[in-house]
Amino acid sequence: MLLEAKNIKFGYNKSRLILNGVNFGIDYGERVALIGPSGCGKSTLSQILAGYLKPQAGEVLFDSKPLPRKEFCPVQMVYQHPEKAVNPRWKLRSTLAEAWTPDAEFLDDMGIAPEWLDRYPAELSGGEMQRFCVARALAPQTKFIIADEMSTMLDVITQAQIWELMLRQIQQRNIGLLAVTHSMELAERVCTRIVRFEELT
Amino acid sequence: MENKIVLSVNGLSVAFKMYGKGFARKELRVISNLNINVRKGEIIAVAGSSGSGKSLLAHAILGILPGNAVVSGEINYCGTPLTEPRLRKLRGKEIALVPQSVEYLDPLMKVGKQVSADKAAVKAAFERYKLADSAANLFPFQLSGGMMRRVLCATAVVGNAKLIIADEPTPGMSKDLAGRAMKHFRDLADAGAAVILITHDIDLALGYADRIAVFYAGTTVETALASDFTDDSLLRHPYTKALWRAMPGNGFRPTAGTQPYAGSLPEGCLFAPRCDKKTQECTYGIIEPREVRNGEVCCRYAS
Ligand SMILES: Nc1ncnc2c1ncn2[C@@H]1O[C@H](COP(=O)(O)OP(=O)(O)OP(=O)(O)O)[C@@H](O)[C@H]1O
Ligand code: SF4
Ligand SMILES: [Mg+2]
Repeated sequence: MLLEAKNIKFGYNKSRLILNGVNFGIDYGERVALIGPSGCGKSTLSQILAGYLKPQAGEVLFDSKPLPRKEFCPVQMVYQHPEKAVNPRWKLRSTLAEAWTPDAEFLDDMGIAPEWLDRYPAELSGGEMQRFCVARALAPQTKFIIADEMSTMLDVITQAQIWELMLRQIQQRNIGLLAVTHSMELAERVCTRIVRFEELT
Repeated sequence: MENKIVLSVNGLSVAFKMYGKGFARKELRVISNLNINVRKGEIIAVAGSSGSGKSLLAHAILGILPGNAVVSGEINYCGTPLTEPRLRKLRGKEIALVPQSVEYLDPLMKVGKQVSADKAAVKAAFERYKLADSAANLFPFQLSGGMMRRVLCATAVVGNAKLIIADEPTPGMSKDLAGRAMKHFRDLADAGAAVILITHDIDLALGYADRIAVFYAGTTVETALASDFTDDSLLRHPYTKALWRAMPGNGFRPTAGTQPYAGSLPEGCLFAPRCDKKTQECTYGIIEPREVRNGEVCCRYAS
């Protein structure tokens, strides 16, 4: 297994567990779509798989080893709400540099204008900011991408472009993918397997 | 159906004063010559490119643009200009906004209180959006993305708004919930409200909206009937057709290139650099909107 969740338990407060013994594995070469009702815990599980949240029980293994705590995490996430994923007081240049410094060609492929690097998040549209989050997640050290409703903030042309680019990178660099989505059409276009959240417990 | 125009926006332009290094200062024009109107009882969906000015249009109508914004053009509400003193009276009451950014919720206040001070109104709104009563006692950070959006919708529509502007209300909601939210907007429109629904989910909007306005690079390129979105030959503008072809259900084929960046807009038609129908005629002058088959389009050759 490339990325594996074993018997994950998690609750934001003690009285109610959102994830109660979740088991989930994604194999090498797979691209998996995760679908399920709103508020069921897909985003929480994604954050645990990316090492942003610590489960109360269970473990996450990447390539059979626990996720590294200190260095750059090989599992990178792109969130539904880009404004929550960036520091509002940093110019986008710094936000990107935290992960890596892409060249001009890569930025152009992502549809990022060079001038945007010198802007603050509040000075970009939701879709423009999301391109930065995708670019940031595609750092050279990345081995796995979790896209949590990544493209719902983009127009359909940009959506198709970003997915095309993402799939090209994923295939060239052999990156794994988990896409959380509400769109069956998108899941069928992009992924090799579709999993319903309810099946995981 | 009554045909009274509730909101009309004519020739709207928005620019930002940007401060560069030293004293260098430039104006960045992000909306130019934009027109849109919405009638009582109508839902107009606004779709289009990311960064085409959809949210800024909403902010301009509500008078909440940042201080460095320079605005020109007309915004009329029920036939008279929407001035700052009028806005102060109407905002949050007759004119309601469902914001795109979840950052608009107060992070330190329980969500129930943010929806309304009236407990019964909160209960009814929560019921409508399938939120558990107990969710009222949670803080925003304790909600999932889809729940947060439902709270934003509930907040905006508890009153008796005559004009509702919803900026991407449904991302993160399942098909079923998104459908319910849309149905709610439809009910509000049928009861006499005018609704501007900003969305990237054209598929979803088509089931509920009357007309679709398509934005590109800060201007309206086409206003079509929702029923035109059944076949790309019924659509008028090459950009609208390109949007149609990129929908996951219709091919998922992206047109190459990006929307031109504010600050380096081309002369003439803003879509020309990506358009395969372009001729010399498209590269100069202002392309005025024309009526074509019950819709409006800004293209030299649309028919
Ligand atoms: N405060 C600001 N200063 C400078 N430019 C800005 C500012 N706010 C927005 N812009 C620019 O104005 C343009 C329109 O932004 P807007 O947020 O209205 O886009 P949008 O159509 O809502 O896009 P999306 O679909 O991605 O939400 C964008 O190119 C954006 O970069
Ligand atoms: S005006 Fe010309 S370039 Fe612009 S959309 Fe029409 S045909 Fe294409
Ligand atoms: Mg927007």
